[in-house]
Amino acid sequence: MATLTDDSAFGADDRLTTADGKPLKAALARAEARAKRRAFFLVLPLFLFVLITFIVPIGQMLHRSVHNSGFTLHTDIGSKVQTPIMVNLRDWFDNNPRGTEPDEAAFEALAADLVVLREVKAAGQAGTRINYELSGTRSMFTKAARKAPKLEAPFAAAILDLDEDWADPELWAAMRDASSAYTMNFYLAAVDLTRDTDGFVAQVDEKRRLYKQLFVRTLLLSLLITGLTFVLAYPIAHMLATLPLRYSNLLMILVLLPFWTSLLVRTTSWMVLLQSQGVVNDALVGTGVLADDSRIQMMYNQTGTIIAMTHILLPFMVLPLYSVMRTINPSYVRAAKSLGATSWTAFRRIYFPLTVPGIGAGALLVFILAVGYYITPALVGGADGQLISNLIAFHMQKSLNWSLAAALAGLLLGGILILYWLYDRLIGIDNLKLG
Amino acid sequence: MKLKTALLATALGGVAFGATAAEVTVMSWGGAYTKSQVEAYHKPFTAETGIAVNSVDSDNPATPIKAQVEAGNVTVDVADVEFSDAVRLCDEGLLEEIDQSMLPAAPDGTPASEDFIEGALQDCAVANIVWSTVFAYNKDNNPTAPDSIDDFFNTADFPGKRGLRKSAKATLEMALMGDGVPADEVYDLLETDEGVDRAFAKLDTIKDDIVWWEAGAQPPQLLADGEVVMSTAYNGRIFNAAIAENQPLEVVWDGQILDFDLFVVPKGAPNKEAAMQFISFSTDTQRLADQASWISYGPARKSSGAMVGKYSDGKTDMAPHMPTAEANLSNALVNNFEFWVDRDAELNERFNAWLAQ
Repeated sequence: MATLTDDSAFGADDRLTTADGKPLKAALARAEARAKRRAFFLVLPLFLFVLITFIVPIGQMLHRSVHNSGFTLHTDIGSKVQTPIMVNLRDWFDNNPRGTEPDEAAFEALAADLVVLREVKAAGQAGTRINYELSGTRSMFTKAARKAPKLEAPFAAAILDLDEDWADPELWAAMRDASSAYTMNFYLAAVDLTRDTDGFVAQVDEKRRLYKQLFVRTLLLSLLITGLTFVLAYPIAHMLATLPLRYSNLLMILVLLPFWTSLLVRTTSWMVLLQSQGVVNDALVGTGVLADDSRIQMMYNQTGTIIAMTHILLPFMVLPLYSVMRTINPSYVRAAKSLGATSWTAFRRIYFPLTVPGIGAGALLVFILAVGYYITPALVGGADGQLISNLIAFHMQKSLNWSLAAALAGLLLGGILILYWLYDRLIGIDNLKLG
Repeated sequence: MKLKTALLATALGGVAFGATAAEVTVMSWGGAYTKSQVEAYHKPFTAETGIAVNSVDSDNPATPIKAQVEAGNVTVDVADVEFSDAVRLCDEGLLEEIDQSMLPAAPDGTPASEDFIEGALQDCAVANIVWSTVFAYNKDNNPTAPDSIDDFFNTADFPGKRGLRKSAKATLEMALMGDGVPADEVYDLLETDEGVDRAFAKLDTIKDDIVWWEAGAQPPQLLADGEVVMSTAYNGRIFNAAIAENQPLEVVWDGQILDFDLFVVPKGAPNKEAAMQFISFSTDTQRLADQASWISYGPARKSSGAMVGKYSDGKTDMAPHMPTAEANLSNALVNNFEFWVDRDAELNERFNAWLAQ
């Protein structure tokens, strides 16, 4: 449509115009814009899909990790009516700096707020929020709210009469922290830290430390599993890539068959094989290798997690390796050998560097999958084979502390992004070949 | 055109039918327990009212219903939950209140409020059974029969793996009782840090020998397979495995922990009317007594007690298998729901940390 006419092409003002006299540049830009718009509309469904099912939920989750309105806002489940709660107490906190001894005004504010809690039935919710920071306080709120309408001045004495723990400075510090919906406390909790009464960050009691250790364990196990899959997959992939096609296709099916089998079936098969009354132990006992009372514990511990996850994630290493090795021209290695290289040198200097993109892709796939793996460790991990994802699931499904679950997941996400960045810096992400 | 209209009519009819077809979804604990409820409650309820009952199972119904209500996507109408969970969920406004006046009186006219045993009626919950956490053993794998809670923690005289529920509740109480704490002092002690430390220290002594279970159907399986020689369990599950399936399992009542199971209706339940109808029907004197003929859990109504007879095989007397039987109560602990409402989160966190160490 932007055909040029002879005279316009060499017009007096030297400007290129189209047949209808418009400047060529503008016409081209318009045509391109139209093409771009069309392309945009084509990808729009996918874009919306990713936005709605991926980016928005992740954003919501990350928001939840720093935002918990349990102590600030009550939403009635039936009518969706929202009531701000603990407003009087928040005023008192705003007007009195941290560390102020709660006075009669503070208890009066508390009493007024407890009445509201009772009216809108939010005592459980508010108590649960404070219980996250300081255990054993939940029932103080539910009990006090039940008796709130009968509280009379002097409020300090009346409330302390209900439970003298209401004077606890830790409780007041926790209420102060929770009176703002935005908080970093869940991230602190996710790395075994807490705030003391003065608001300083401190380590939690040694007996409760859990998450840092689990993050480290998750990282180490994932690295170990990535290493194991690499060691197992490299020779297989090499054999598949160098065999004649009719054999390699047959063998490929053996790799893919477990890949196509349900995850649960594979995991439970390992349970049948490895448990202490299982096939492997029975065979060892039957052949006299082991005594009946010294069966090896291979299931419901870390060993079980490592074995089952290595097997399940193996195809993710084999396939990228295979696809890369397939494309390596055998004449390179032959050329190296003809120039006097030993087999080992030819492998080290020629073949191996050519497979690096496949190793990178496979390792990244296996590692990232392993870091977030949930179902297999849950089934075969027992107590010491649990990974951080199992704790996220615990807080999502059992303790229902979704803010803490979100903070743990946020840290996991951040950690993976850092590793991804490191990988990009060290090896280069454009060096990746997935298939 | 005609075809289109016909299709549309069918589709609309289908929708209308789906909306009006009366049904109620009941979530329970699975296995022999759900079966007892299906036989004693669901089938007669459907026969009498025409309302279909969908039965779904969970390892602990309290957790999915809380998640459902908070996410605003409730699919369950009635759930069967433990005492502390019923109170906690009610406090948090996640449950519908249940009008106790709708519950039928006992056959002799005693009103429901007096017929139910103490604590069985709550603002948002109606109890159906009294059950208990006990420990049980496999007779084939224990040359000497354990007879006290001490034996559960005594791996020197009773070697072998132990099954325990992967949860702080009941596990900590049993650890203290196994350490020689009398039942009536357990919760006072658990309130203190020393008490919790003592419970974990006791668990430490058998930690390497523990196989953790989560679903109520697992312990009888673990015992029968020989994966463990003793396991904590819900008493009814062991009864069913022993009587109905002839497994060589035996319950030890010493150190048992009694608890209620209660019916609750999550807020926003899609079939609230039918749910209330179901609860009122299922917790009448006859139904509760019927359930006891399918599994050895005690009925929550006093008037049902006298009607409990034999197991559904027609020859096993249920009375001695009930957790509330006089002989079984010599060293029994009643679950303190207030304690667990408060400390569930804290102690489970500590429990998880302990597990991971």
